[in-house]
Amino acid sequence: MDNELRELYQQVILDHNKSPRNFRVIENANHHSEGYNPLCGDRIDIYLDVENGIVKDISFQGKGCAISKASASLMSSMVKGKPVEQAEKLFEKFHDLITGKLGENPDIEELGKLAVFAGVRDFPARVKCASLAWHTMINALKEEKDIVTTE
Amino acid sequence: MKKFCQSGLIIKRQRMDIKVETSKKKTEAYDVEKIRKDFPILLQKVHGKNLCYLDNAATTQKPQSVIDELSKYYETINSNVHRGVHLLSEMATQAYEESRLKVSDFINASSESEIIFTRGTTEGINLVAQSFGRVNLKEGDEAIISAMEHHSNIVPWQLICEEKKAKLKIIPIDDNGEIIYEEFEKLLSERTKIVSVVYVSNSLGTINPVKKIIKKAHSFGVPVLLDGAQAIQHLKVDVQELDCDFFAFSGHKIYGPTGIGVLYGKKNLFDSMPPYMGGGDMISKVTFEKTTYNQLPHKFEAGTPNIADTIGLGKALDYVNQIGIDKIATYEKELLDYATKSLSQVEGLKIIGQAKEKSSVISFVFDNVHPHDVGTFLDFEGIAVRTGHHCTQPVMDRFHVPATTRASFALYNTKEEVDVLVNGLKKVLEVFS
Repeated sequence: MDNELRELYQQVILDHNKSPRNFRVIENANHHSEGYNPLCGDRIDIYLDVENGIVKDISFQGKGCAISKASASLMSSMVKGKPVEQAEKLFEKFHDLITGKLGENPDIEELGKLAVFAGVRDFPARVKCASLAWHTMINALKEEKDIVTTE
Repeated sequence: MKKFCQSGLIIKRQRMDIKVETSKKKTEAYDVEKIRKDFPILLQKVHGKNLCYLDNAATTQKPQSVIDELSKYYETINSNVHRGVHLLSEMATQAYEESRLKVSDFINASSESEIIFTRGTTEGINLVAQSFGRVNLKEGDEAIISAMEHHSNIVPWQLICEEKKAKLKIIPIDDNGEIIYEEFEKLLSERTKIVSVVYVSNSLGTINPVKKIIKKAHSFGVPVLLDGAQAIQHLKVDVQELDCDFFAFSGHKIYGPTGIGVLYGKKNLFDSMPPYMGGGDMISKVTFEKTTYNQLPHKFEAGTPNIADTIGLGKALDYVNQIGIDKIATYEKELLDYATKSLSQVEGLKIIGQAKEKSSVISFVFDNVHPHDVGTFLDFEGIAVRTGHHCTQPVMDRFHVPATTRASFALYNTKEEVDVLVNGLKKVLEVFS
């Protein structure tokens, strides 16, 4: 496999695509939002259970490419148990990573497992795939009822 | 003036040469390798691999003759058309109008005044929806389209129907991706004012029974527009034989430049329709009290037209004529059959769109691999395919898929390229298994 391609489709991403974590519906979730990428027709539902400013539980459902599915899966495992504020900050950092704003050698400590998405910066057409779940989560946290689109 | 006449002669002589060549070529076998040499872009490498361009339903590549024609125009006769008295303007006008003749011949219109140059199919459909629709659609009236339309043959009708409080009726399609003709018959009534259907579907490849549809619509006195964007490059189009009332297509899908398209319309209909856009060129006299419009086709061509690309389109049609559209159709059918057979053998691959009559377009999906991932992996094999909804979201909904991967073939594609695609797909499946 080509190096650039291997960088995009890291094993972790392929694993999460094959067996996504938190791929379910949270009954009685107190936050929910639907995300839509008109470019590829991908849809995602994010469910959150937030108590006292902490993400107690998070899950997702939907159809999408390996990048978007793995992104949703990894996002859910990263923010679960964290304060809402921290989840929001993590998104900013993640967004900078995938759009190449962190440069060639990003400080990945804060990002943890999310660093596997660094390869996305070389595929501008796939930034929307990687960020759809995040945009949808942020929207759900704000309790905005409208469908989020990445266009 | 002498020089101008000479140039006119040259143009005419070239046309004769082409005709001679066409008849000579009829006996020759289809030499795809020779044809490939006419398209410089096909020699390119992508990610270090030979380019395998299978995104022809999106746009086709351009032969050297078209590329040269564009620079030749800018290098030698660039000037504005129709009103100039100087030599260059007269030459540009002649070349521009010569293209109109070529288009008229190509689709067998009864007169070149029935050929309107547009930016593309989308503009052609919008022109009819806005101009014809504005005077003919009233509250309670109906327009009919099909469930396999490109967004460009849905949204213009939604816009005008909403404005006029008219209804948009949809002919359903079956599981093979074919129009359910009986349902079309049921939709037709005295309320129907226009039928606008796609000749060849861009996402399914279906060739619709348009002749039958036109005949039936006419029995209700209803005109029919054909979206010919995916037909013009694959099938012999004879607008008089089809008896369609409007036919829209894009130049870039038939080896011509982008930004140029054609709307054919029957003269009596065009005459009865108000202008679409106002401006220069489309008028015969302007005062602040009243403006009289120019004759066809200029009535519908406001402003300075896309002169260079129009001339380029003429050259592209010359190219197609030189090979012969019937020969192209035969070759592409062979490619389609080979590709359908080869792709069907790929594990887990499901073809979306299995109509009996198809053009060289194959849409497919896998259960476990998303089209976007397929597209990215194939790209690294040098293979260009389209992934997504192909501007036909209702078709995706009909088949319960978010998107498909689409391989679409043109006159320069080969069976070897089909093999490259199949091998590429096998590699994708290995990664995702």
